[in-house]
Amino acid sequence: MQRFIARRALHSLLAIWVMSLIVFSLVRVTGNPLDMMLPLEATPEDYERISKHWGLDQPLHTQYVIFLSKAVRGDFGNSWKWPGHSAMGLVWQRLPATLELAGVALGISILIALPIGILSAVWKGSGWDTAAKVIALLGQSLPAFWLGIVLMWIFAVTLGWFPTSGRGGIEYIILPAITLGWFQVAAIMRLVRSSMLDVLDSEFVKLTRIKGLAEWKVIWKHCLRNAAIAPLTFFAIIAGVLMTGAVVTESVFSWPGTGLLVVDAVRARDFQVVQAVVIVFAGIFILTNLLVDILYAYLDPRIRY
Amino acid sequence: MATVTARTLPWYSPPRVARAMRQARRYPLVPLTMLTFLLVIPAVLATQVAPHDPLKGALAKRLKPPVWQQGGTIEHPLGTDKVGRDILSRIIHGARVSLVVSLVAIFVGGILGTTLGLMSGYFGGWVDSVLMRLVDISLSLPTILLALVLVAAVGPSFGTVIGVLVVLLWARYARLVRGETLSIKERDFIARARVAGASHTRIMVKYIFPNVVNSLIVLATLQVGYVILLESALSFLGAGLPRPTPAWGLMIADGRELIVTAWWVSMFPGLAIMLTVLALNLLGDWLRDHFDPKLRHV
Repeated sequence: MQRFIARRALHSLLAIWVMSLIVFSLVRVTGNPLDMMLPLEATPEDYERISKHWGLDQPLHTQYVIFLSKAVRGDFGNSWKWPGHSAMGLVWQRLPATLELAGVALGISILIALPIGILSAVWKGSGWDTAAKVIALLGQSLPAFWLGIVLMWIFAVTLGWFPTSGRGGIEYIILPAITLGWFQVAAIMRLVRSSMLDVLDSEFVKLTRIKGLAEWKVIWKHCLRNAAIAPLTFFAIIAGVLMTGAVVTESVFSWPGTGLLVVDAVRARDFQVVQAVVIVFAGIFILTNLLVDILYAYLDPRIRY
Repeated sequence: MATVTARTLPWYSPPRVARAMRQARRYPLVPLTMLTFLLVIPAVLATQVAPHDPLKGALAKRLKPPVWQQGGTIEHPLGTDKVGRDILSRIIHGARVSLVVSLVAIFVGGILGTTLGLMSGYFGGWVDSVLMRLVDISLSLPTILLALVLVAAVGPSFGTVIGVLVVLLWARYARLVRGETLSIKERDFIARARVAGASHTRIMVKYIFPNVVNSLIVLATLQVGYVILLESALSFLGAGLPRPTPAWGLMIADGRELIVTAWWVSMFPGLAIMLTVLALNLLGDWLRDHFDPKLRHV
């Protein structure tokens, strides 16, 4: 087990390293990195300062060492669009808003997906099952950013129930959270359904039925607990997906999180901030993947790489 | 003389209708029809079918509502956008953009992934280790962010979008083909080809590749919808195709700030994406169930 964890952790480090390599080389290989890092209105002094900060007069491998040693300490330089802020500082400042949105979205999607998934497995071929299929199909086909705009149009503009954008009280988070969670509903539902079907078909469930246990007890106590393993580990993957999915949702609803930050930074060509967000997000994404794999191996001893 | 009733007419015979219905159900008619009208005809005949130029607008006719609303005209059935361009024409041309982008990206990504997957599975050893590590890494990178960095670095263009999509797509093909190659290369006919003196390249191309084509086609179909969604999300974020390309994602982005005054600008391109991707998913599921049920978990 320790060897497995060590190997998986090594792979994750490797993935984060590749991501840093991609960010590093993209800035330096495609033309003059200073043009990339600095906005159009930068002065010659700015050029010189940044050039010194990143050691751009040094050979490429020295530059990479400088970049990496600064990145490890969380130093990605200072932001251009938001003067007086370090790139990393901005990311930390915006991260709570994104976590809040992702958390509520996850909650909503579980709340919708779990009951429908269970019912569609228990009453296979019933109306619930059909509803589940339709929801799953729609979940895969609706572009999230468009769903956000439609929800905004119906519930914020036409009905006036919720504000259109921004962050504040509970009424601000409902529409963005539904938009972000919608895609996950289909995924969770299908997973719950298929693992429930597997368990319902197993020997020990047949035994509980032979014993004459009440149907709700069979389903609630014996099936659901055993069927929960696969979806539980899947939640960690979803957490990662939600974080990156937030980029789209946040820019639809002007939700002031890291996703909106990175989109604004790309538009303003504030590359220091883009670098910081990408590395932090890649780190979170890859770490959740690592966590899932370890959790999986822990819960199911048959899984080994 | 027999009287002619509905019952004696050959085309009325219920068993025959039932048989025709049964036969029809063997093919994915609904998604195919949807795709023909939503994607194929508009994409191939865009210039002939579209009533207006998708790029030229008349400011005098800006933000006209669709025909069934007050102030709408039949000249612009789905209304116009903020510079007076016809939305229907832009959606029709957008079908061509979506189709070309997704087909090119899947083709290039598929060829790259297939080649690497064949090599990985066939040669094994360190080639396999290195390539599979690369696949793991590329599948664990955050998609949208990677695209944003690429576009921030080289600027939005057709080439950039294709590049981003290929980077995101190749790994699945490589993993699929490698898995199949591993089992195929143990079969007798491969050993016989080897004895007959076929080179490694020849064995991979002539003997292994034809056996993975089915799975590849299914995977590619399942991915068209995903790629259209991805491309439109990128365009929406300003990290996809540059303006004024009539891309569906860009049109929705244009309509976002007009949602209070002109809902139709973003609503119709979104419907186009949804119906197209829905049809593609239905078709992909059907193909998978009929040709390659083992792909259920891809």
